[in-house]
Amino acid sequence: MDEILEILEKDARRTPEEIARMLKKKTAGIKEAIRKYEKEGVILKYKAVINKELTRSDDSAVRALIEVNIIPQKDTGFEKIAERIYSFPEVSSCYLVSGTYDLLVVVEGKNIHTVANFVAEKLACMENVRGTATHFLLKKYKEDGVILKHKEGNKRIAISY
Amino acid sequence: MDNIVSKKVKELQPSGIRVFFDLVLGMKDVISLGVGEPDFVTPWNIRESAIFSLEEGYTSYTSNKGLMKLRLQIARFLKSRHGLDYNPEDEILVTVGVSEGLDLVCRSILNPGDKVLIPEPYYVSYPAVVALAGGIPVSMPTEKTNFKLKPKDIDKYCDKKTKAVIFNYPANPTGVSYTKKELRELRRAILRNKLLLISDEVYDELTYDFEHTAFVSLPQMKEHALYLNGFSKAYAMTGWRVGYACGPKDIISAMTKIHQYTIMCVSITSQMAACEALVAGRKSLEEMKREYRRRREFVIERLNSMGLKCLMPQGAFYAFPSIKSTGLSSMDFCQRLLKDQNVAVVPGTAFGPSAEGYVRMSYASSFEDLKEAFTRIENFLKKNK
Repeated sequence: MDEILEILEKDARRTPEEIARMLKKKTAGIKEAIRKYEKEGVILKYKAVINKELTRSDDSAVRALIEVNIIPQKDTGFEKIAERIYSFPEVSSCYLVSGTYDLLVVVEGKNIHTVANFVAEKLACMENVRGTATHFLLKKYKEDGVILKHKEGNKRIAISY
Repeated sequence: MDNIVSKKVKELQPSGIRVFFDLVLGMKDVISLGVGEPDFVTPWNIRESAIFSLEEGYTSYTSNKGLMKLRLQIARFLKSRHGLDYNPEDEILVTVGVSEGLDLVCRSILNPGDKVLIPEPYYVSYPAVVALAGGIPVSMPTEKTNFKLKPKDIDKYCDKKTKAVIFNYPANPTGVSYTKKELRELRRAILRNKLLLISDEVYDELTYDFEHTAFVSLPQMKEHALYLNGFSKAYAMTGWRVGYACGPKDIISAMTKIHQYTIMCVSITSQMAACEALVAGRKSLEEMKREYRRRREFVIERLNSMGLKCLMPQGAFYAFPSIKSTGLSSMDFCQRLLKDQNVAVVPGTAFGPSAEGYVRMSYASSFEDLKEAFTRIENFLKKNK
């Protein structure tokens, strides 16, 4: 992977000027490369990783992983039905997986009822969906490489040879 | 009890900057660029393997020389990485960091009055360890040649009593390293003067602009050199205290004798962790190295743009800028910067008197801290114009 991507993946707030300094390149070149990545869809968007357990708001307080079994369709296979599912705003992630079920769908809702309703009224009754199994998340430890725990202070002594 | 402390220890030069260190340690919210160790925590796979070894009951002494498993892995690693041939049976000794290896070799080879050459600025313990072993440390200032030792320096400082030269590259505190070509030239001077080379290459994996060449990989050097390395810097394992010494059988055997009476063996948990580092630590190492390199570019560019002249360090994680343009001494610069801006850096004079006019800044700190530290340093320079 290009080092520009490695830097931005770790911290999207690094400016083109800073990246240019780090990689000993021209700022204009870095800007151009980032623009290209954005245009090609390599960089899709920039967002903050939020620990929602600490936000004290009711939004998306409940998350569930839902295993979905699907009858693939002629010509489009899983694609069409996947699209119908991931287009719902309640769905935060959607993966096609190997194994005993087909789609792994992550759903977020205000509470257990909203998620349950979504599954019962939207997902499970969908044509070509053979069955679902819902797992509510109890605790998030790590997400997308980020450990959701307050960082403890630096353990190094402040000065050493 | 007036004379309870030995003459030898009393005569040891006390570190002039201890007072400054205490000042830093006593202050709160300091951004410290004075730290001589990685800011990363040991990669999890290494920590996990140590925990597992404890669960499995590995809590005993090991062979004095170190676990055979570890010595074998070190031998294989040195062969594949640097093309070195060391027999794990009798040419490799696992030590408590490079520090112990250095102490052991000095005590093994020095008779009272023997001299040891040390390029200056040097890592602080070199002269002390030589003196404690009964030798006489001879400093070779390198400021005039951009902190690079030249073959003629060795010729100049050698006399009949000179027995060895301690060499450290990439270097703490300057970050200077040597290309294969430069090492070849130094090699001739070392052989010509019949010296034993003690090569401390603990920062070897953190070399940025060219491939690191192990000094002992050059022709004839294996018989005339002791190779010291460890896990602290490459694998962020400073607190584990594991290193190793490789060299001619007779020296390793002498070192093992002292090691067995004084240390017995390196902690088995640390040795188990070191095994894992050699097997599966490469990926984390490469990641950390890329991160250091990016910080290096940032730091050196910042320093030069604010008027603190600094050469591009080729390795380690230190910048060693000149602060002569401020008109301050190294110690004054550091004390004022600390009091004014809460940023700690180490006076060059900690590493030898000839490094007056320089300071050591470590870039083993997060990018956020580095950014903030250099904003503060810039403010400090503006105020002191």
